[in-house]
Amino acid sequence: MHVKQISVFLENKAGRLSEVTAILSEAKINIRALSVADTSDFGVLRLIVNDNQKALEALKNNGFSVGVTDVVAIEVADRPGGLHQILDLLHNAQINVEYMYAFVQQNGNHAVMIFRFDHIDEAVKLLEQNGLTVIDGAKVYTM
Amino acid sequence: MIYDIEFETLPREALAAIQLRRLKATLERVYATVPFYRNRFEAAGITPNDIHSFEDFQNLPFTTKQDLRDNYPFGMFAVPMDNVVRIHASSGTTGKPTVVGYTARDIDTWAKLMARALTAGGATSRDIIHNAYGYGLFTGGLGAHYGAEKLGASVIPVSGGNTKRQVVIMRDFGPTILTSTPSYALHLAEVAEEMGVSFEKLKFRYGIFGAEPWSEQMRQEIERKLHLTAVDIYGLSEVIGPGVAIECHEAQNGLHIFEDHFIPEIIDPVTGKVLPYGETGELVFTSITKEAFPVIRYRTRDITSLNPEPCICGRTLLRMNKISGRTDDMLIIRGVNVFPSQIESVLMEIEGIEPHYQLIVDRADNLDTLTVHVEVSERNFSDEVKVLQQLEKKISYSIKEYLGVSAKVKLVEPKAIARSEGKAVRVIDKRKI
Ligand SMILES: [Zn+2]
Repeated sequence: MHVKQISVFLENKAGRLSEVTAILSEAKINIRALSVADTSDFGVLRLIVNDNQKALEALKNNGFSVGVTDVVAIEVADRPGGLHQILDLLHNAQINVEYMYAFVQQNGNHAVMIFRFDHIDEAVKLLEQNGLTVIDGAKVYTM
Repeated sequence: MIYDIEFETLPREALAAIQLRRLKATLERVYATVPFYRNRFEAAGITPNDIHSFEDFQNLPFTTKQDLRDNYPFGMFAVPMDNVVRIHASSGTTGKPTVVGYTARDIDTWAKLMARALTAGGATSRDIIHNAYGYGLFTGGLGAHYGAEKLGASVIPVSGGNTKRQVVIMRDFGPTILTSTPSYALHLAEVAEEMGVSFEKLKFRYGIFGAEPWSEQMRQEIERKLHLTAVDIYGLSEVIGPGVAIECHEAQNGLHIFEDHFIPEIIDPVTGKVLPYGETGELVFTSITKEAFPVIRYRTRDITSLNPEPCICGRTLLRMNKISGRTDDMLIIRGVNVFPSQIESVLMEIEGIEPHYQLIVDRADNLDTLTVHVEVSERNFSDEVKVLQQLEKKISYSIKEYLGVSAKVKLVEPKAIARSEGKAVRVIDKRKI
């Protein structure tokens, strides 16, 4: 059910991000989704890729600090208020969204968003009970 | 085990008598043979005949690193060059190198002291010693080497560098004792891990680490990663090289000084006043058996204290505590005295921090700034920016709390801080004063 997300620590230095994408492309890994959160000193790059094991190895071999986190991919209705409905549900249930970002690919006519929750299992249960579609990891990697 | 049971367990009074006799003989010899010492003693109005006790001895002037440089290269030698069989020199990164000489008897003395030290650190004649101290002008490599042979152990003279080959040797030869700098030991652990070689499966029992200051927390780090018991060894080429003092593996709590060869004192680095046991100050040594290069009240610039408490290992020799800094490493940041080792201790108190750090001191608008670079590791990395920022704040807060100095903490990528094969560069001082 959960999607594995790879995160990478990056110093804020010119060209650092493109080094990561170069390493991954060399290892023939497809990036499905990507987001960067940064401060003045450093950034955290978050990635959804088609082959986690290979990506982890490639990055570690190149000396990066890498982490793996469970995140959730959710279909968001591609209409006004689609995202708001989800956030409202979570807010009322007092589940925190640590961060979220959009998936490049659409699933049919739905947008796909990646969510990182503090209480992931509760969040998934709540969303499914309310008729939202949580996309399986295996499917996400190959979308 | 104690290598020289007679001299390492002497009753204190018997030791003092031997020290005083050897001290007087040394003073007479340097007065007669080294113009530098004769001039210094005369300037102070003292001759060796005036020295009857340790109190008298404390009136003698100090010798400094600058004195050795002023007499570069051989001016401090107390024997003709004919009798000198070995020359070593310090790296001389700040000015001229210091050059030291040894007679055949000095080399033998040194080998015996290193055999004592290796034994105190857990080695026996049945051990295989992987000696990764650098061979050459630096005293570390050859000092440990001769000691290992004197002990009758098998020594692998691998020296520093070519770390991957070292890992292969460790895997294939099965050494049981590691001798290296502590930072190189951690470097070996990293490279071994990259190569898929587990220290857990290697045969190491003890590691004898020195030539740079290291903290108690770094010891824990090394013991955890290398699966061995780590002890601290102390020495400096001006005094003889490694083998001046050694921690016993039984107590791992302070380094026994071989006082039958070297007289230690602790002084206030500013006033030069001799401090009592337990007080922290600059360590001063007088050699009392060396022939080619004796030193009288030599200021090591190392900061420590002396502990006269009896030790569980049975040695009656004084212990010096781990070196906590150098008088010349001491950073004065906005008027606060800071030793890099103190910062290291603070960092190591924080869960998940690796002992890889660098201090960058600069000056902005006439104010000193301290930036601490700390490497992110698998253990402290998070996908959440706020968690990483909290870590930075926590480190910064701890430094302020313990040392009273404000520091900006910057997380950097793993291995962003240069690893040297020998000594780690911990401080970059960019201030132009
Ligand atoms: Zn002891």
